[in-house]
Amino acid sequence: MSAAEISLRKAALRSRSLMIGLVLTLVFAGGALISFLWTPYDILTLDIANKIKLPSGAHPLGTDHFGRDILSMIMVGARTSIAVALVAVGIGMGLGVPLGLAAAARKGTFLDELIMRGNDLVFAFPSLLIAIMITAVFGPSALNAIIAIGVFNIPVFARLTRSGALSLWTRDYILSARVAGKGAARISFEHILPNVTNLLIVQGTIQFSLGILAEAGLSYVGLGAQPPIPSWGRMLADSQTMISFAPHMAIFPGMAILLTVLGLNLMGDGLRDLFDPKLRKVGR
Amino acid sequence: MSLLQIENLDLDIHGTPILRGISLSVQAGEIVGVIGESGSGKSMTAFVVMQLLPDGATCSGKVILNQEDVLTLDEDSLCKLRGAQVGMVFQEPMTALNPIQTIGDQVAETILIHEKVSRAEARDRARIALARAELPEDKFPLSRYPFELSGGQRQRVVIAMAIALRPKLLIADEPTTALDVTTQAQILTLLKKLVREDGMGMLMITHDLAVVSDMADEIVIMEKGRIVEAGPAKTLFQTMKHPYSIALFKASGHVPVRTNTATDVPLLEVENVVRDYALPRTKLFAPVSYFRAVNNVNFTIERGESLGLVGESGCGKSTLTRAILGLEEVQSGDIRLGGQPVFAGHKVNRAVRRRMQVVFQDPYGSFNPRHKVARLVSEPFHLLDEPPKGAQKNAAITRSLESVGLTERDADKYIHEFSGGQRQRIAIARALIINPDLIILDEAVSALDVSIRAQILDLLAQLAKDLGLTYLFISHDLSVVRSITDRVLVMKSGEIVEQGPTKQVFDAPRHPYTKSLIAAAPRLPEISVA
Amino acid sequence: MLRYVIKRLLSLMISLIVASAVIFLAIEVVPGDPAAYMLGLNAQEDTLAALREQLGLNGTIAQRYGDWISGMLVGDFGTSYTYRTPVVEMIRERMWISLPLAIYALALSTLIAFPAGIWAASKRGSVTDISVMGVTQLGVAIPNFWFAMLMVLVFAINLRWFSAGGFSGWDSGFFAAVKSLTLPAIALALPQASILARVMRSSLLDTLSEDFIRTARAKGLSKRQALRRHALRNALIPVLTIIGLQFSFLMAGAIIIENVFFLPGLGRLVFQSISARDLIVVESVVMLLVFAVIVVNFAVDIAYAFVDPRLRVQG
Repeated sequence: MSAAEISLRKAALRSRSLMIGLVLTLVFAGGALISFLWTPYDILTLDIANKIKLPSGAHPLGTDHFGRDILSMIMVGARTSIAVALVAVGIGMGLGVPLGLAAAARKGTFLDELIMRGNDLVFAFPSLLIAIMITAVFGPSALNAIIAIGVFNIPVFARLTRSGALSLWTRDYILSARVAGKGAARISFEHILPNVTNLLIVQGTIQFSLGILAEAGLSYVGLGAQPPIPSWGRMLADSQTMISFAPHMAIFPGMAILLTVLGLNLMGDGLRDLFDPKLRKVGR
Repeated sequence: MSLLQIENLDLDIHGTPILRGISLSVQAGEIVGVIGESGSGKSMTAFVVMQLLPDGATCSGKVILNQEDVLTLDEDSLCKLRGAQVGMVFQEPMTALNPIQTIGDQVAETILIHEKVSRAEARDRARIALARAELPEDKFPLSRYPFELSGGQRQRVVIAMAIALRPKLLIADEPTTALDVTTQAQILTLLKKLVREDGMGMLMITHDLAVVSDMADEIVIMEKGRIVEAGPAKTLFQTMKHPYSIALFKASGHVPVRTNTATDVPLLEVENVVRDYALPRTKLFAPVSYFRAVNNVNFTIERGESLGLVGESGCGKSTLTRAILGLEEVQSGDIRLGGQPVFAGHKVNRAVRRRMQVVFQDPYGSFNPRHKVARLVSEPFHLLDEPPKGAQKNAAITRSLESVGLTERDADKYIHEFSGGQRQRIAIARALIINPDLIILDEAVSALDVSIRAQILDLLAQLAKDLGLTYLFISHDLSVVRSITDRVLVMKSGEIVEQGPTKQVFDAPRHPYTKSLIAAAPRLPEISVA
Repeated sequence: MLRYVIKRLLSLMISLIVASAVIFLAIEVVPGDPAAYMLGLNAQEDTLAALREQLGLNGTIAQRYGDWISGMLVGDFGTSYTYRTPVVEMIRERMWISLPLAIYALALSTLIAFPAGIWAASKRGSVTDISVMGVTQLGVAIPNFWFAMLMVLVFAINLRWFSAGGFSGWDSGFFAAVKSLTLPAIALALPQASILARVMRSSLLDTLSEDFIRTARAKGLSKRQALRRHALRNALIPVLTIIGLQFSFLMAGAIIIENVFFLPGLGRLVFQSISARDLIVVESVVMLLVFAVIVVNFAVDIAYAFVDPRLRVQG
């Protein structure tokens, strides 16, 4: 391990927001993973006798209107949230990054213009509108949410990659690579991509957190995951009419969203501070 | 009583010592030049006087300006002082002005902030200040924005802002470093004129010995946060004793020992080359117009020769370089290396390209920070049809690193572990690795401190002798070109206006542009130092 | 300046044409036969034919698209299949809730974010800065509809300051109507204000580290004056971009928030139409929202030119 890597590691450990973010994220990701093997209660079994119970020893976060354990629901719901947001980030990166690299490599040409105008167009369609259109035609499902959020992520990554790549294309080392006879595609993957990864990681965590928020919103209005798949947004929708006498049904799933998103954002901020040499105060 | 008296000044930033025991004084009407290489603390000295220091800075000692110690003043009094008593001119004119405010408003602000005058009066006085900085209103109305001006013109706006209230002290921090030689000469003349007219004192910070020796009354030489030598400009170079001062002086005028390896076999032939760029449309449906960056250029480089190409920014020398390297196709004309065209049809001729390499100016931007030196240096192998592999490749890497004074061990390091001068050596090693015939040195020593520059020039001279290399040496710095080339081309507005043996062109220039270039270049006093 | 406006207008037109084509394709072409889709499996052939006739589905795709566009240009959005009323009337009624809500929220968000962001940036590293950053960190992470539910719980159910939902209507007086939009607007605005405040802060901090700020300080401006006179306007450029983007999030957010407060706006209309398979209404509402977003972004582009002289001169 080089001196630079060691100092980066030390800085990472010192960064409070990075550590808090990491812990929060790991808690929810861990909950989601454990839920595949075990949950405190089975979430598909209704227990009407124990419906709408406030938090207690048996049910730490209480039960819902069908008597289902809210902690178990939140654990399984984390799976939906994380899966949808993760795949949506994957779609955004998988398509957006190559588009951004291509636009930067062919700056000022028709291709660049086409990609950028295409990006602007997608920006006029917030995820919710895309989801509305898909649902109107194909009916609601978790897949809609993935597509809707994923499509909106494409221009985000395309723009970021392009702007990062453009500043790199003016560097002399790119010119050196061209003097060494390397083509635009090779330079993009060998020299540009590795130097924009930091940007992409930071933006990736932010889009991940936005994806979780968007998925919750879509499920809340019924455009996302359908019952019996538990999702945080649906739990909140179910709780709405009962909020005056069963506030715990609304509070805990909301807290789950808030804390996960907060964790990811803190992690993103921490990573950005870590990667940005302007802000980093590590002895060289 | 001096106008500015710095006594025993220490400066620390976040506990790191920056300045130690600085004492100097500036009298009214006197120009004091502070000179040093990067990291000497010379600019920080200027910022201490302005009290515009980064967070975490602590000063001790005395900085007496006009009988007041600025180190003891509160922020309000400092604001009253800045701009009114002390004006400052900065290094980077391109970024020193607010991009979205007119030049008239920016100059008038200096007046409005210090005096209770009407807007109209402030503008009148701004007009006068700009005129004094040689931006007359009929050509440069107050309503201009910075982006409509050149670098030199922007620097004049900054100067107008600094002198608008006729301050007693003017601080200039590398005021001409970012400018071309002819613009530099004009700005220096302007500063000198203003100092004399207003009887101002001036503290001039620079890395360029020739600039201060032309201009200053007193010279202060700094190294690593301390003053090593100071004295009157007229006599300092004769009397200096400190080894650093002597080394600095020697390095500034360094001429490497060269062996003439020139032959009469042409290597690179450039014939009637024209390169046009399409300009952005000014009207929505106007036809596309073109800018001719290189216009009908002809020259040859003989094998073993070192040819200089001088010209100011925008003269087309970078465009020409790119054309020679085959990075951009030319509109008409031929470029041949050893008789072979650089472009065969519309495709780059790889057989030609592998025979030339390039070293760029910026030692920091020339390398991918994520690759190790071995990979960086071996990148040109991509040009070979059968690049060496394994032990053979490693041997080649070691050989090229050793030829520039580095070692085998350096191959396994990342680029950030090297200093600017070492990086430039690595850039040369990269150029050498495929044994090219021609090396293009594109401002290759311009970003280096003088002492490092002298070492790199020696290295280049040695390599030329050992390997029989041919150089195309592109630079805006006339003294460097003079010291390392056999012949020189002078380029202006896309055309070669003069060419000939270096000594002849420099001693007896024929073209008026060459004459003005040489007249504008600051010169070191011609004295021999033991 | 004129050249810049013409260029932006041109790009506005192109965006509208392409966006409308995308919407048309997605809703009228992808499902195959929209009439069959809307009527479900058990539809009679003659009812289908009648609906096809009524929807104008008998022409070529290009023809139908042309008819749709030319209809919208004269204010004819077609007739709702389920409600049997002209779509334009249904939209007009509901737009008077959704649009004021989005604008109300945008105004609130800007009014909160600007001072907060400027304040935090001017006192970088202070307790103020750290608390603004902490609160906005929470604000960014909170789902707006959940925040809305919590506000209903606190301010409507427990404190009874506001009604828990519904819209009093503009006929009941301006203030009553604004009051019934206040909780929804706050719920929408706070998360957006958090984002905007953070962007404002970081953009200001970037600008404050520019060389021209140092020049201004060398002229004798205090930190505060340099911030107000030089940094602020320069920092506005990235902030404008975010405001433009936020409008689309606010329109979308308004649709969700209407659900929490039982507001009879475009959001309610669109969800009812989805369940009723009323594609014509869905298509019209989506088009309208996209139109609003594109127009707002055009306005933002024009605002850039007011801030930045380089755009005025060079286009």
